[in-house]
Amino acid sequence: MPETSTPALVVSEQKGIYVCEFTSSKILDESNIKEIGDTIGGLIDGREYPKVLLDFSNVDHLSSAALGMLINANNRIRQKNGQLRLSNIRAAILEVFAITKLNKLFRILSTRDEALASFTH
Amino acid sequence: MRFTLSSDFAAASDVQQKVMAEVDRLGYCAAARFAINLSLEEAIINAIKHGNRFDLTKKIFVEVEINALRTRITIEDQGTGFDRTSVPDPRSEENLERCSGRGILLIEAYMNQVKWANHGRRVTMFRENRPDICPDGRP
Repeated sequence: MPETSTPALVVSEQKGIYVCEFTSSKILDESNIKEIGDTIGGLIDGREYPKVLLDFSNVDHLSSAALGMLINANNRIRQKNGQLRLSNIRAAILEVFAITKLNKLFRILSTRDEALASFTH
Repeated sequence: MRFTLSSDFAAASDVQQKVMAEVDRLGYCAAARFAINLSLEEAIINAIKHGNRFDLTKKIFVEVEINALRTRITIEDQGTGFDRTSVPDPRSEENLERCSGRGILLIEAYMNQVKWANHGRRVTMFRENRPDICPDGRP
C-alpha cells in the first residue's frame, strides 16, 4: 500500500503574499528539494509580480543544493519584479547563509510578521 | 566504519544515518553534530554528482573513524578528479547568484581540517567534538 506523503511545502496566502512553510526539518533530500522548487516555481509563474515569503520555522538543516534552489527562486522572482522574503531562520542555519554570504542576497527577517510587513506594494 | 556505495542518493542517505547514529551515541555537541552531518552530506553528493557523474558503475568509498573526541571521514570517488584551486569562490560578487558550487566552501568552513588528495578524488576531513566550547553548551 503506498504511503501518504506530506507535501514538503505548505502554502497559504495573506493579502496577496504567498506564505510558504517547510514541513520537513531537513531540506536535504534531492527529490524533496525538487518538489519544493517546483512548488515555488508554480507560484512564481502564476503571478505577474509574485510576492513570496519562505518561513523556516521547522528547518534545522539544509544543504548547498537547497541553497541553489532558493537562489533559483530568488532569480526568477526578481526577473518578474517580484519580492522574496525569508523568515524564522534559526541561528545554525543563519550561519550557513552568513558563511556563503547569501545573507547579502536574500532579505531575511526575524519573524513572519516582520517579513509580511516588509513587502512593498 | 567502511562503506562502498553506488552513485545514488538513497545509498548516501543510508550511510549518513549510520554515521550520525554513532555521532549521537557518543554524545557530540550540537555544533559538531551539525558540522559533521552537513559536511558528510555535501562530500557524498559531490562524489555522486561531480565525481562519478551519476555513473552507477562507479563506486564511492567512505571510511569513518569516530571516537568521543573527534571524527575523521574519508570519501573517495572514481571520477576524473578536479583541481581544488580552480574552483571559483561562490562568495564573490559575480558568483553569488549562481545556483551551485557551495558544497566545498561549507565543508571547509565547518570541518576543522580538510585535505584533498588523489587529484581531488579523495577528501579527508576532521572535526573535533568540543562540548566545553560548544555554543549551545550541550551535552
